[in-house]
Amino acid sequence: MTEPLLQLRHLSKFFVVERSLLGRTISVLKAVDDLSFDIMPGETFGLVGESGCGKTTVGKMLVNLYRPTAGRILYQGTDLTGLPARERRRYCRDIQLIFQDPYASLNPRMTVGDIVAEPIRVNRLLPRDKVDDRVGYLFNAVGLSANYRNRFPHEFSGGQRQRVGIARALAMEPKLIVCDEPVSALDVSVQAQVLNLLAELSVQFGLTYLFIAHGLNVVKHVSDRVGVMYLGRLVEVAPKRDLYRNPLHPYTKALLSAIPVTNPAQRRTRILLEGDVSSPIDPAPGCRFAGRCYAKTGCAGCACDTQLPELVEVSPGHFVACYLHPAVG
Amino acid sequence: MTGVPPGEPMTVTAGPAGTAAACAAEARGVAEPPPKGGHGEAGLLLQVRGLSTDFAMKKGTVHAVIDVSFSVREGEVLAIVGESGSGKSVAALSVLGLLQPPGRCVAGEVLYKGRDLLKLPKGEMRDIRGNHISMIFQEPMTSLNPVFTIEDQLTESIRLHLKLDRRAAVKRAVEMLRLVGIPSPEKRIKDYPHQMSGGMRQRVMTAMALSCDPDLLIADEPTTDLDVTIQAQILALISDLRDKIGMAVILITHDLGVVAETADRVIVMYCGQVVEEATTEQLFERPLHPYTLGLLRSIPTMEDTEATEPLYMIRGMVPNPLHLPRGCAFAPRCDRRRARCAAEQPALIEVEGRKLRCFLFEPGCNQAATALSPESAQAGGAVRRADSEVAP
Repeated sequence: MTEPLLQLRHLSKFFVVERSLLGRTISVLKAVDDLSFDIMPGETFGLVGESGCGKTTVGKMLVNLYRPTAGRILYQGTDLTGLPARERRRYCRDIQLIFQDPYASLNPRMTVGDIVAEPIRVNRLLPRDKVDDRVGYLFNAVGLSANYRNRFPHEFSGGQRQRVGIARALAMEPKLIVCDEPVSALDVSVQAQVLNLLAELSVQFGLTYLFIAHGLNVVKHVSDRVGVMYLGRLVEVAPKRDLYRNPLHPYTKALLSAIPVTNPAQRRTRILLEGDVSSPIDPAPGCRFAGRCYAKTGCAGCACDTQLPELVEVSPGHFVACYLHPAVG
Repeated sequence: MTGVPPGEPMTVTAGPAGTAAACAAEARGVAEPPPKGGHGEAGLLLQVRGLSTDFAMKKGTVHAVIDVSFSVREGEVLAIVGESGSGKSVAALSVLGLLQPPGRCVAGEVLYKGRDLLKLPKGEMRDIRGNHISMIFQEPMTSLNPVFTIEDQLTESIRLHLKLDRRAAVKRAVEMLRLVGIPSPEKRIKDYPHQMSGGMRQRVMTAMALSCDPDLLIADEPTTDLDVTIQAQILALISDLRDKIGMAVILITHDLGVVAETADRVIVMYCGQVVEEATTEQLFERPLHPYTLGLLRSIPTMEDTEATEPLYMIRGMVPNPLHLPRGCAFAPRCDRRRARCAAEQPALIEVEGRKLRCFLFEPGCNQAATALSPESAQAGGAVRRADSEVAP
């Protein structure tokens, strides 16, 4: 059996919103709360959820932009969270990030060639005279002409900028790439180009992806397994087909039914959730979704309102955290 | 009241003088003989004919909207679809007379109940906006004024357009907020925009647009920045209001899923031109124009498929609006282009009760009927990384 490439164990990130005069914590924003899942080598793990559910925070912890409040990140069996800063940085090379907004994530004063070359130079991956060749190779790999390397980001369209961002991530020869909503800022036709490129690169370079997105159709297209997040908690994890055929958590069902389908004959009855996502600051005890849940049992003081449900494996590979499922409790 | 910042909702100040003039104009409008063609057809609310909008830039003129015609019937939802830069928002702004220089309508007429909006004096136009036609803008985050409460912003337009006193206006505002599904509206009306979430702000914008009972609502990407569950709520709300008060809607969006779920009729725009117009059923059942087909096929499906084949891609990218191709604007990216496509502009022609701008469907072109089924187009699909050939 293959070892997971990455294991997250009870990973949490809390932000202190308010402190008292004496420095005691008054209120806490629980961005990510007790998250555990594995990513196998070569697979694409999709992480979905609405804005504010903490999916980007997970990505940032993986690339060492945030330090986890609690829990462990095991990369090929090594606990990254316990490492001293200098050693932790060594692993940064293996885990790279592609950002959401291709307009904000490239330095407008640098040529795209320099943007892609910078990580190679900073980390002294190659002798100086080899850098140029490598940049040209990376440009080709992402479908850009190497002749563009002396141009500036503003000369490129959104899709091309995203390719530059992908080339920059590839420059470090990573094993795992965290894609943080890489296509949500792009037009539909360009979106398809970038998704196909990512799929090709994963084969060509043997990459593993953590694919963060809010669009369930995009995630369905790229992922092997999918995790659904709601307010900092994973509510369901399953192989793609199980999740889309047989969603178990009420939130997953609502999310799936909310996606507009391009088939007017299929205008379905939607599960319309009431209200907005509640605040992750000092959440009430009980299931995070209880406030908007349409399926929960009506009783006051029932488990939904008092105790956080744990993620339980209900069928092989299919985990759900909801008391409505007989196996959870 | 303070000056209206750009992006303030459509219910812009109209002084008493403006309204009086509008009333006079209304009277004139009724007296006028119906203009030639089209109007007089039952239930026709808005008719746009040959609308063209240019932006005179330093580097040349951008033809943002080129000869666009469409009509909206009472109670109908018309969707305008296109990618960024296709001219869909500019068309809407032109209809409402809200273009900022260097944008300018250079041709066409916009007939609203028989009156040409493009020729109306400013004061009368202000009365049309808000009272008759209102608009929801794309970004709920920036379209509300951050230094006024929701109450200030909602009641301003209600008082101006409906001539209500302050107390009645507040009452109406609270009603509107309740209608759009904001919980405890009496309290939330005192909030400032930053105290609300994106979905809530979009609802406030919707409430504002609906507060004067418009006949026509123009919604420009009303759900683009919102989460899917909130998007579902807002779309359900718009459809619901359409059913309840019989309001017509022009829905501008790039999301074909949203179109399929809400619209009655669809216009597909590309580079400022209408390339296909059809009923929603027609369009999704059998998209004909190669661009429409490409758009539909490049969306990852939610259907239960086993293999993850590469997505269909429309190769290349939207041409530079300063240098549009001489022939069909879509020709450089089209899988089915022929010599003629690069040289000549196709006209918008009527085919099987829909409109198309493509040589493939001109009478005498025998390929049209058979060739463009989704299956056969697949053969031409999946062009690998073709956009590397296109200069930025």
